[in-house]
Amino acid sequence: MNKLQQLTETEGTVILDGGMGTMLFAAGLDSGNPPEEWNVLHPERIRAIHQGYIEAGARVILTNSFGGTRFRLKLHKLQDRVVELNRAAARIARAAADRADHLVVVAGSMGPTGEMLQPLGAMTFKEAQAAFAEQAAALAEGGVDVLWIETMSDLNEIRAAVAGAKSAGNLPVVATMTFDTHGRTMMGVTPVQALETLGGLELAAFGGNCGNGPGEIEGVIHAMHQAEPGAMLVAKANAGLPKWVNNVLAYDGTPEVMADYAVKARHLGAKLIGACCGSTPTHIKAMAQALADPNRKVLVNLPAPDSASEEKLSRRRSRRRRA
Amino acid sequence: MNDEVNIKDMPIDELLELMQDDLYDGYADEVVAEVNEALSRGMTPYEVLTQGLVAGMDIVGVDFRDGVLFVPEVLMAAKAMKAGMIILRPLLAETGAPKVGTLVIGTVKGDIHDIGKNLVAMMMEGAGFEVINLGINNDVDSFMGAIDAHNPDIIGMSALLTTTMPYMRTVVNTLKEKGIRRDLIVLVGGAPVNDAFAEDIGADACCRDAAVAVETAEKLMAIKREKG
Repeated sequence: MNKLQQLTETEGTVILDGGMGTMLFAAGLDSGNPPEEWNVLHPERIRAIHQGYIEAGARVILTNSFGGTRFRLKLHKLQDRVVELNRAAARIARAAADRADHLVVVAGSMGPTGEMLQPLGAMTFKEAQAAFAEQAAALAEGGVDVLWIETMSDLNEIRAAVAGAKSAGNLPVVATMTFDTHGRTMMGVTPVQALETLGGLELAAFGGNCGNGPGEIEGVIHAMHQAEPGAMLVAKANAGLPKWVNNVLAYDGTPEVMADYAVKARHLGAKLIGACCGSTPTHIKAMAQALADPNRKVLVNLPAPDSASEEKLSRRRSRRRRA
Repeated sequence: MNDEVNIKDMPIDELLELMQDDLYDGYADEVVAEVNEALSRGMTPYEVLTQGLVAGMDIVGVDFRDGVLFVPEVLMAAKAMKAGMIILRPLLAETGAPKVGTLVIGTVKGDIHDIGKNLVAMMMEGAGFEVINLGINNDVDSFMGAIDAHNPDIIGMSALLTTTMPYMRTVVNTLKEKGIRRDLIVLVGGAPVNDAFAEDIGADACCRDAAVAVETAEKLMAIKREKG
């Protein structure tokens, strides 16, 4: 039994960590600079972020390697340091996890390449798979327990990422997509379509992350759970949306809002629950407390099904003259 | 190409409608054939552009906004548009056809995200605008250099990160200092950007998505032309 299975069996609901980028910016990362470089420039700051999430109650922490494929690192001319930066990311998280007096699982974060696959873009499936394999191998070498693919929008890129992750050994693989566009991913993938593909890839868990806040992910979890009640589902929502108010930017998902979301996500079928952009250890702590409170009640207002979707489909079909 | 569709025998209205449909479906070769056919029947390049390609991209824009189409379909439609434009662009220049407008667009300094910005660039091209796409991570000098070189009507700035969007204010302030802010339409966009922010930094509008960007650009260009 792998460590992630141990957690899901003993915990029932597994609490994940929250935003990394949000914490990095708060710690002084300049916008536009590569977060992954901090794994070697300021490892103590990354460790402190992991520590904060572990103390807040996170049982799974994600490494600071979201943009760690060579495609992303190339934007900072760091494409020759994929192995060094990912291995360092894994080692920092590993050390933080091992200091805890209970089991904390280290998940190696793997984000999108930022490129589009052919024919829409220039990247081939092989190139994508090789880039993910390179990152995954370095994360594995640094000691992660799980490979955690996140914020994906394209089913083919997620296939390439899973194939790359699986080539790094026999670590469990988790994959989540971002359903931020009319209830679908940017590339038009519905939660149920995602489930149909991801369900066939022998993943330890899958689900949704990032996006437009808790309500959106609640809808994703609901749709996936209805379609496949046995699926091991991940919910990692943003802390609402950033709003520009009185010359200051603030996310509207307060710790209290996110605590409600955590209980709703569990009710709807999520087994691994955390947060993403805009969230902090304060949010995770509030979520962990809410999930631990047996008297906590929450009103579940399910998102209305997209009643227009059938009509939209017919609008699209009716236009087809050829093929 | 489908044998059942014979564009030679088709009335011109139907040909244009088919061009729009094929553009919508991303059939580049078919669009090229239809553009050539329309030109051979004596339509001006400008008529083919506006009544065929731009009209087709309008539908793509509306359906993208409404969640009927998503990024892959829009990209394929834009590729078909581009294939048609390869034929039309030199002819438009020769015939001195009216220009819709010129846009300089880029992601601001510190930000390396460009998918949304590229969609806006494509949809604006699809609407007939000349587009200078500066790519990612643009500082003030990059925007100012492009303004000097291309004399645009519109500046478009994009940011995905909450930490980079304040840089848009720096660019707007520089336009003001140089006394050229009033000559330009400033549009901003990106996930964290909203109307309050646009107003606060002195931009003309915030555009939620690529379709809204086109609508807003067309509306503000009309106002700009009236003012002379």
